[in-house]
Amino acid sequence: MKELMLGNKALARGLWEAGVKFISSYPGTPSTEITEEAVKFDDIYCEWAPNEKVAMESAFGASLAGRRAFCAQKHVGLNVAADPLFTLSYTGVNGGLVVVVADDAGMHSSQNEQDSRHYAIAAKVPMLEPSDSAEALAFAKLAYDISEQFDTPVIIKMCTRVAHSQSVVETGERVEHSKPYEKNIAKYVMMPGNAKRRHPIVEERTRKLIEYAENTPINRVEFSTDEIGIITSSTSYQYVKETFGENASVLKLGMINPLPVELIKNFAAKVKRLVVVEELDSVIETHVKSLGLKVEGSDILPRIDEFSQNLIAEKFGKEISSGVALDDVIPARPPVMCAGCPHRGMFYSLKKRKCTVLGDIGCYTLGAVPPLSTIELTLCMGASIGATHGFNKMLGAAAEGKTVAVIGDSTFIHSGMTGLANVAYNQSNSTVIILDNSITGMTGHQQNPSTGLNIKGDPAGKIDLESLCRAMGINRVRVVDPYNLKECDTAIKEELAAPEPSVIISRRPCALLKTVKHNPPLYVDKDKCIGCQSCMKIGCPAISMKDGKAVVDQTQCVGCNVCSQLCPKKAFISTKEA
Amino acid sequence: METKNIIIVGVGGQGSLLASKILGHLLLNEGFDVKVSEVHGMSQRGGSVITYVRFGDKVYSPVVDKGEADYIVSFEILETARWLSYLKEGGQIVTNTQQIDPMPVITGAAQYPQGLVEKIRDKGIKIDAMDCLTLAREAGSQKAVNIVLLGRLSHYFDIAESSWQNSLAANVPPKFLELNRRAFEFGKNFGK
Repeated sequence: MKELMLGNKALARGLWEAGVKFISSYPGTPSTEITEEAVKFDDIYCEWAPNEKVAMESAFGASLAGRRAFCAQKHVGLNVAADPLFTLSYTGVNGGLVVVVADDAGMHSSQNEQDSRHYAIAAKVPMLEPSDSAEALAFAKLAYDISEQFDTPVIIKMCTRVAHSQSVVETGERVEHSKPYEKNIAKYVMMPGNAKRRHPIVEERTRKLIEYAENTPINRVEFSTDEIGIITSSTSYQYVKETFGENASVLKLGMINPLPVELIKNFAAKVKRLVVVEELDSVIETHVKSLGLKVEGSDILPRIDEFSQNLIAEKFGKEISSGVALDDVIPARPPVMCAGCPHRGMFYSLKKRKCTVLGDIGCYTLGAVPPLSTIELTLCMGASIGATHGFNKMLGAAAEGKTVAVIGDSTFIHSGMTGLANVAYNQSNSTVIILDNSITGMTGHQQNPSTGLNIKGDPAGKIDLESLCRAMGINRVRVVDPYNLKECDTAIKEELAAPEPSVIISRRPCALLKTVKHNPPLYVDKDKCIGCQSCMKIGCPAISMKDGKAVVDQTQCVGCNVCSQLCPKKAFISTKEA
Repeated sequence: METKNIIIVGVGGQGSLLASKILGHLLLNEGFDVKVSEVHGMSQRGGSVITYVRFGDKVYSPVVDKGEADYIVSFEILETARWLSYLKEGGQIVTNTQQIDPMPVITGAAQYPQGLVEKIRDKGIKIDAMDCLTLAREAGSQKAVNIVLLGRLSHYFDIAESSWQNSLAANVPPKFLELNRRAFEFGKNFGK
């Protein structure tokens, strides 16, 4: 049956058709929907893991048991899972093991735009790269055949424009696969003596995979002219076809590691001009140059940001339209914390106390934008705590009395716990604020080990954050409600003043959760409002100034009452009382 | 047929994903090759969002570039102005006139430009503007702005009413179907 399907959903469908039995992932844009779609198939066990490393190790455990297994992550998630990946290349697999990494060229929702193809090269594992939903489905199935045939994990590299675009797919049926587990110490125990015997096997496998790459139909030549030949893959292939149509010959690579040699040489021999079109780093181009071929690529195309058809056309000297624009300055519309966001009250309190706030990855990164402008560091998952520890150790009392780490509940479980272990063990006088909104927010509401629910929303194990922090040796642990500004302020003041490590858990569920019951919206009593704009300091998207008075947008307001705690004239009134 | 391009623009959380889903369903059923490109993640938190819908005999790129859109469907008038350069010469705009202040306007760092519909019209651009929020409320829910807009867009397409109705029914929950059918009619027949 023909359907229009999101790239990530098509990939999940491919996993199901390939007979996958086990999926463990940590959410991360643009990879999240693969696992969310896969969980809808009853014959695949799916879970959210605490982080990508645990997810990959769990998926490998399932592979070791002889079942086809899978994990997905965004590009920076693969950094976390890189440790098992590099050695899984040596052990190989039992049941097929496929790993998705979803890159985010253009940084739609990421802190960097690293090119994950380097991982495939460095770990010496094959990597496939689909260019639309139909290929996402087909390559998912093919990846399992390659994994089992060559005894290796296989990476499928997605990107935002393939993961989050819908295109037409034809679906098939599921075929079951399973193998028995067999004890094999020489293959799976990677101590030096065994690993030394496995490494030559890896090199030999790569040689065989190059032969495979020469002949696989997913590396194909679309020959139409000898004037120009373009080597490309992924979404770049779509932009090239859009721009050139039949006016360029194309070598479309579906397998990006290892790259073929003869196929490229033969293609190059047939065209007068050879160009590589690839987003981000010069991976294919470097390979083509290593074959001694004359090739263009990074000399005409940028190595930053994502491509589009206009960009390709412009760089190849074609005329493009830049459209019509108005003379008016159009104000930017950056993302903001939602109305009723529980993070807002805590950030306001930190700003008021002039704290140095070292942040982390999540919705609360928006605490860095005006008018709150509070967060001074965002690096990677869990870094807030490690960075606060080092910062305080160096600057001593001057920093300890005003510096805090802020980290979400899911991020804390992901990789903040180990940072806190360091604070407790090496005793920096650091204050950590866990912004516990009881969900993984930014990626669209995934459960995590502190929510008490699993990926299906069913009851699951629940880590008690207070007990966990205390067990690590933090004696000062307290819980506050971020809708209560006075409570926040007191806690910040007291914990920063305390001469030992402390944790404040700022607890209130995300206002967008369907299970959260909202208060009726507020309105402003125009006679009471003096236009002092105190309520504007919290950056609530539901409040604006009209004719010198505050106005509440009732379609957005959820009655959190944070604004009314700032109003000197008690001008905010609940519509319930009206 | 040459590929046709639609961009759907608005503020994160306004319901553009459902609008693109219905359009995708409709165009596929009409026998076109279709691609739809969406935005997920951080931009959804109240930021400016754009969704691309492309259809024709064979569609390659999933995105629409500047000067390429045959239609702009907009949930908010400032967003219409922001993405105006994506409109092809002779293209059609269907827009909600609702104003949602972005944070720089809320904080006083920027002004919300006024008279945008007239300014766009003065450029000789075809713009069909209406208060979709009021129409959606009259239909039964302020969340139906997306369906009001689709109803209006249908006005410019040579596709049978029954096909639109099928795609609507296939993509909204049954208990909201009547409400959405009303919203679609209000949009389609606006000004009549």
